[in-house]
Amino acid sequence: MAERRSTGKAGRGAAEAAEGRGGSAAPASGVPARLAVRKTYKLYVGGAFPRSESGRSYPVTSSSGEHLANASLASRKDARDAVTAARKAFGGWSSRTAYNRGQVLYRVAEVLEGRREQFAAQAAAAQGLSRADADRVVSAAVDRWVYYAGWTDKFAQVLGGANPVAGPFYNHSAPEPTGVVAVFAPQDAPLLGLTSVIAPVVATGNTAVVVASETAPLAAVDLAEVLATSDLPGGVVNLLTGRVGEIGPHLASHADVNALDLAGSGELAVEFERAAATTLTRVLRPRPAPGGGEDAWLDPDPGTSRMTPFLETKTVWHPVGV
Amino acid sequence: MPHTAFAPEATTNRALRAFLHGLPGVDEVGARSRAQDLATRSIKTTAKARAVDLAISMVDLTTLEGADTVGKVRALCAKAANPDPSDRTVPRVGAVCVYPDMVATAVAALGGTGIGVASVATAFPSGRAPMEVKLADTRRAVADGASEIDMVIDRGAFLSGDYLKVFEEIAAVKEACGAAHLKVILETGELVTYDNVRRASHLAIRAGADFVKTSTGKVSPAATPPVTLVMLEAVRDHHADTGRRVGVKPAGGIRTTKDAVRNLVMVNEVAGPDWLTPDLFRIGASSLLNDLLMQRTRLTTGTYPGPDYYTLD
Repeated sequence: MAERRSTGKAGRGAAEAAEGRGGSAAPASGVPARLAVRKTYKLYVGGAFPRSESGRSYPVTSSSGEHLANASLASRKDARDAVTAARKAFGGWSSRTAYNRGQVLYRVAEVLEGRREQFAAQAAAAQGLSRADADRVVSAAVDRWVYYAGWTDKFAQVLGGANPVAGPFYNHSAPEPTGVVAVFAPQDAPLLGLTSVIAPVVATGNTAVVVASETAPLAAVDLAEVLATSDLPGGVVNLLTGRVGEIGPHLASHADVNALDLAGSGELAVEFERAAATTLTRVLRPRPAPGGGEDAWLDPDPGTSRMTPFLETKTVWHPVGV
Repeated sequence: MPHTAFAPEATTNRALRAFLHGLPGVDEVGARSRAQDLATRSIKTTAKARAVDLAISMVDLTTLEGADTVGKVRALCAKAANPDPSDRTVPRVGAVCVYPDMVATAVAALGGTGIGVASVATAFPSGRAPMEVKLADTRRAVADGASEIDMVIDRGAFLSGDYLKVFEEIAAVKEACGAAHLKVILETGELVTYDNVRRASHLAIRAGADFVKTSTGKVSPAATPPVTLVMLEAVRDHHADTGRRVGVKPAGGIRTTKDAVRNLVMVNEVAGPDWLTPDLFRIGASSLLNDLLMQRTRLTTGTYPGPDYYTLD
């Protein structure tokens, strides 16, 4: 749900204190007013929801400038912790069978479908979409998870296979996940755009550190709650909210990050690409989508273009008859 | 203090027992909370850089596996002499710690670097062997060129109250060491109480140990902070009594730079800054060195390093 006021620590403390007195200090009507239960928007790292290590937060407003909530302002140490969590989760997630990864991604779609009201209301508040448009965006986001769930056990056939070679060898290529991918989610498409960049990364067996849209990060935190309840192992997707300019350089130059998706990095893309080159990090620097916004991501069949950049091709030469 | 009354020449079981049981008991809750309190110190920037370099110079780079090979020991020695091949300003480690049969290999591989070879001896890790075997083990390691011997105490004898046996074993091994330094492993994970850790530390120190070491690394829990704290108190008290400085070596379970720095803080606060040298404080570890190197890279370059850029062992 969209929020109207700050949910910082002090605010919560005051609310709890007020609750303690609630019984004796009833309003004039005789029925105590119910206290609002507001959500604290936190990070999602290693399967848990910690506050930023720095203790900071920043205000998030609706498209019309109304205060919605405070989101955690992640620091470089949160980014480091997220990379550690993603690295730890990589072994387990990448060795799951493709079929099992497909099941988990489909489960994400199921859980997201069950919470579509919340996401539609969120999209309407954050982006000023009409209710019909918000519903369309949520449906497309659910379908996107189903789409990549289907790809999990098919991309290997499409991108790999037996190669014809002029010699007594059986030659075989197979795509393998590249490792930890740092994803800068699109700035102007906080739900469908976010889904469209996370799903292909994890579908192929990578783990992700995602920097959510700076101005509209609340949908990302809500999506993290969906991921946390969808059998996706902790650490496979780690979500940070905060400033791309602050966290980004540390993720781009991090030697334990294997690939970057610069979808939402804006003008910093050049700087990040340069930093990534020092540690031979793979980089996907997509062209800005025409038109922008969630509409730019509505194509129901985005293909393999977001999966192939985060795959390594392993080729095996096996002597025939041995 | 009661232990000043102890006269080493009067070594009977009764005298040792009276002395060790006359030591003040360890306040367990107090030791835990003091260790926890010291672990909250924040060491940053230039202080951290110095702490990391100091910790690297204190590492006893260890490989004590049944699967150790000559090749693995040589690789370890190369790493000890030059921990980060891309950065020549990294200090050398304190020593290399191997099984006795690998001493000759390690000495040859480290020839000319000045890094000492420490060898575990006396039927490490259990210590369950006849005395002649333990002494032969020690003499052979020293003859092969080991400059430090890490012996294990007979925990069975200690726990059953036969302090004289433990005392005499340590004294005999010390004699067999000759010029080599003697580190005495108490295996605190098997000593059950902090009182026992304090008693075993004082017993080992008085029997001639140059270092007291927490654990073999084969028993869990290994070097927990309160145990290291109690041992640091023992060497501090011994120095106050006699003026002789004995070293401390926590081993096992110290894997991160944060753990290592916390140990250094504890050394400084409990034993004093005089102990902040590889001559009096060592850390027995294998995976710690990579984490120290990664932290060092982070401090010098400003970017986060990854484990792919460092050797596995």
